[in-house]
Order: sequence, then structure tokens, then C-alpha cells
Amino acid sequence: MKASPTALALRRFRGRPAAVLGFAVITLFVVVAIAAPLIAPYDPVATSWTAIRKAPSMQHWMGTDENGRDVLSRVVFGARASLLAGVVSVLIAAGVGVPVGLLAGFAGGRVDAVIGRVVDAMLACPFLILAIALAAFLGPALTNAMVAIGVTAAPVFARVARSATMDTMTFDYVEAARAVGNPPWRVALRHVAPNIVPPVLVQATLAIALAIIAEASLSFLGLGQQPPAPSWGSMLNSAQRFLTQAPWLAVFPGAAIFLAVLAFNLVGDGLRDALDPRRH
Amino acid sequence: MRSHLGGRLLQVLPTILLVSILVFALQQLMPGDPAVVLAGEERGDPAVLAQIRNELWLDRSLPVQYFHWIGNVLRGDLGFSWRIRQPVAALILTKLPVTLQLAAMAFGIALCIGVPTGILSAVKRNTAWDYAANLVGLAGLSTPNFWLGIMLILLVSVKLGWLPPSGYVPLTEDWRQSLATTIMPAFVLGNAIAAILMRHTRSAMLTALDQDFVRTARAKGLNEWTVVLRHAFRNALVPVVTLGALELGTLLSGAVLTEQVFSIPGFGKLVVDAVFNRDYPVVQGVVLVTACLYILLNLLADVLYVVINPRLRDA
Repeated sequence: MKASPTALALRRFRGRPAAVLGFAVITLFVVVAIAAPLIAPYDPVATSWTAIRKAPSMQHWMGTDENGRDVLSRVVFGARASLLAGVVSVLIAAGVGVPVGLLAGFAGGRVDAVIGRVVDAMLACPFLILAIALAAFLGPALTNAMVAIGVTAAPVFARVARSATMDTMTFDYVEAARAVGNPPWRVALRHVAPNIVPPVLVQATLAIALAIIAEASLSFLGLGQQPPAPSWGSMLNSAQRFLTQAPWLAVFPGAAIFLAVLAFNLVGDGLRDALDPRRH
Repeated sequence: MRSHLGGRLLQVLPTILLVSILVFALQQLMPGDPAVVLAGEERGDPAVLAQIRNELWLDRSLPVQYFHWIGNVLRGDLGFSWRIRQPVAALILTKLPVTLQLAAMAFGIALCIGVPTGILSAVKRNTAWDYAANLVGLAGLSTPNFWLGIMLILLVSVKLGWLPPSGYVPLTEDWRQSLATTIMPAFVLGNAIAAILMRHTRSAMLTALDQDFVRTARAKGLNEWTVVLRHAFRNALVPVVTLGALELGTLLSGAVLTEQVFSIPGFGKLVVDAVFNRDYPVVQGVVLVTACLYILLNLLADVLYVVINPRLRDA
């Protein structure tokens, strides 16, 4: 019996150690984020006057910050903000971008031209500058940061969905689906849409990596997660003020961002190779 | 070639028009009444509010406001900063050279790292070299700019004391000091671009090395490095140059945080300060100018593509 395309893709994915490692790291981060209260040794917002800026030790593996809070606990709880921001903003971006791209690719003609210009215009504005402006005008909060990142990332999804739709439209089965009298919306949703999933999935994985960096950037600037709630970006912001006295404050949250982003990039690369065997 | 460029130019105009509408629309998202914000202490005085609204055309309909604004923009007037009380265009012009110096240095660093590693990784395909280059590239892509900046300050400035941790000296004032203050931020900015250039170079080189003319060059008995650099790389250069030019957006986005970390008074710092001060005309001006720069660079990349590629030149 011939294996299904999904099974084949899975097998190819498993054959890439880097991608599997990335997947394992993501799983670890997700577990840490969900089980944060069980894993974190201390309350992430509990301050302590006797433990201000203590270097890493047996009591505090990653040391304590300028308010005596345990850095390890804050890094553990910070995973929640980062992963949430990564996933939610990509869901927003894909939720807006994919239908628009599908419409542009499917309808073609003037609709495509108009959507194409709008997408071009949005892509011309530097991603982070637009996200910062949006987040600032919506007001500093994690939810607004996610909306800002999601909206700013949407045009890329529109572009990916559009080109995948146009690829799919050249296949005979789409022509056949039309020929038997299916209405256009049915052809688009039932026959074209499922086939644009692989490139959108690859884009989504890579976009989560970008969104995590973007959220950390916004929080670093004070436009994301608000203190005292922990977030890797805002931890780095306060760490900057104590670089000479407490360098550990800057090391761990940054390493956490780096690891999470690297893991998503590894999985994204692996997925692209696994889902698109033509490239090899 | 001329008609190709003409067509591209025609495509660019509506994009710029849409960008301007987008930038204008951003303003509507701002919570609160700008007149109240501007009035400060006098916000209770309806006469003052009315005067501000009248001066800024805030009491007209949105389309009228847009045409008034875009008319001024076309004459080079980007409005007045609400906070610093200076023309936005002048502000941008004073900050732009700082960021351009940073961007140019970053791009140079990115080219020096990205292109050779890309070539090496393609030539030594599927060897330890290739895997190592890929991993380093991916690590570069995954490092947040501002964290790399902070780590470098920690290592190079705090621990080793080799370079100043922050500040900026203009090139015209003292070029040595200027390089000393910008080399670290330029490296931070260039790092991410280097990773992208490495990937582009690798895939372009892999395509080029597969071509018939490379086999011919090898069959002629040419030295392998001559084949790689003179024959394959010259062809791989086309996509590398054009795709590289498009990284300006990444550079400018990166500059925002990098300038913040290193306290460099450039474009990025201007926009962040403006955002926090709700200095809307400045934000609007910066987004508009960067988007237009990006679109023009896109066009330039297209022209370059045609110029470098003789097959397209004759078409």
C-alpha cells in the first residue's frame, strides 16, 4: 500500500535530526509554559529586600533581579507571554492574510490587482516600525502587542496563500471540480484551500519565530507585557540598567528567546523540506 | 528593457499612493483627541481647542484632511513635530545620515560574512562545513538584535573595555571615534542580514554550480576556484544583489532597537521617542519616508537585475 502524503512528509521530517531537536525544544517550552506554577521554584512577582541582585547560586539558579525576584521563576513564567504572543499573533496574521490571499489567487483579475497593491503597500512599511506604531497607538499591553504584530504580519500570509492558490489552480482536479458544476466558493474552500495548507504551515512556523522576537522587542521598549508580569523582553529592558553589577540578568532571558526562536526556525526549515520534496 | 522599467514605474505609483493612505489612516487609531493632547494646560478652553483644530485642519472631513496633508508632502512639507516644534522633514534629514552610516557599515559587514560563507557552504555541500555554516546562519537569524547588542556591550565594553558602550560621534567630526562608536551596533545589525545573505548566496551558488557552463569550464581544465568564483559566482551574484537590496527594511527595523540599546541618535531612536511622546507627525513622516525608500530600492534592485543580467538587457 502506498503511504499517504502526510505520512511521507512525517517520515521525511523525522529524518532531519535538527528539525526533530527543534520540535523537542518547542515541546519542552510548551510544557514549561503550561506547568509554570509547578516548575518555578518561587513566585515570579514576589519581591524580597534581602535578595536584591544576588548572583546565581544553589538557592537561585539564575540569580535574582533588582527587586529580589527569582530570575529562573520569571524566565519560566515569561515563556507564557512569549509563546502566547507567538501563537496568537500568527493566528491573527493567518486568519486575516490567508482568506485574502485565497480570494486574490482564486478570483484573479481586478480583485487580485487591488489586493496585490494593498499587500505591496503594507510590505513596504518596515515590519517593526509599523508594529511599534500600531502597538503604541493601541496602548501598551500584551493583547495590543499581539494584535499589532498579527496585523503587520498578515500581508506575508496573503502573499504565500495567493501564490499557493495560483499553483493549485493549474491542477486538473480543480478544473474537474469546476466542470461538474461546483459553485466557485465550494471549489475554493473544498478543493483549493486544503492544498495551500503546507506552505501556509511552513510560513506559520517561521512567523511564530519572528513574532516571538517582535513581542520581545515590543516588551523591551515597554509596549508589550506590563510589569510586574514577567516577559523575556521586559526583563532584558531592566537588565540593561544593571549590566555592570548584575550581568546574569541579561543573559538568561535573552538565551530563552534565542532558544525558542531557534527551535521554531529549525522546525520551519524542516517542515519546508519535508512538505516540498520537489526542492530536493 | 525600457518598457519593462516603465511598467514597473507605473506599478510603483499606486503602491506609494496606498502607503500614504495607510500612513494617514494610522492616525485615526490614536486614542483621544489630538487637539486635547496638544492644548496641554489649556485643554479646558474651547477657544484654544477650536484654534488648534482649525490650524491642523482637524475640523475638516477626512478626505479633505488627507488631500491637504498629501499636498504638503508632495511639496516636501511633512508637517511640524508636536513635541520638538521643528519641521519633520528637517528632523528626518538630520537623523537619516546617522542611520545610513550604520546601515552602510552593517551591510558591508553582512557582505563580508554572508557571501564567503554562502559560497563555501555551497561548494562544500553536505559536508561538516555546510552544516556548520547553516547552523551559524540559523543562529544569526534567531538572535534578537537587542540581546546581541547587550551581550556585546557586556563583553567588549564592560569586561574588556575595548569600545565605548554607547553614544555616537559623527564621521565628519572624528572618524576614528565615529568608527569606535558604530562598529558594534553595525555588527549587531549586519549579523541578521549576513545570515540571510548566506542563505541566498548558498542557494544561488547551488543553482549556478549545476549549470552546463560550469561543467564546460571544468571540462576545459580550469582551476576549481576559478570555476567557482569567475564562472559560478558571477551568475549567482544576480539574485544575491537583488535580494540583498531588499533587506533595507530589515536593516531599518533592526536599527530601531539597536539604536535604542547603543543610545545612537538616529532614525530608529527618533521614531521610538516620537511614538512614546505621541508625536504623530514624526511617526507618520518616518513611516512614509522609510516605505518610499524601500519601494525605490525595490525598483533599483529591479533595474540592477536587468543591468547585471545580459539576457534580460536585450529582451
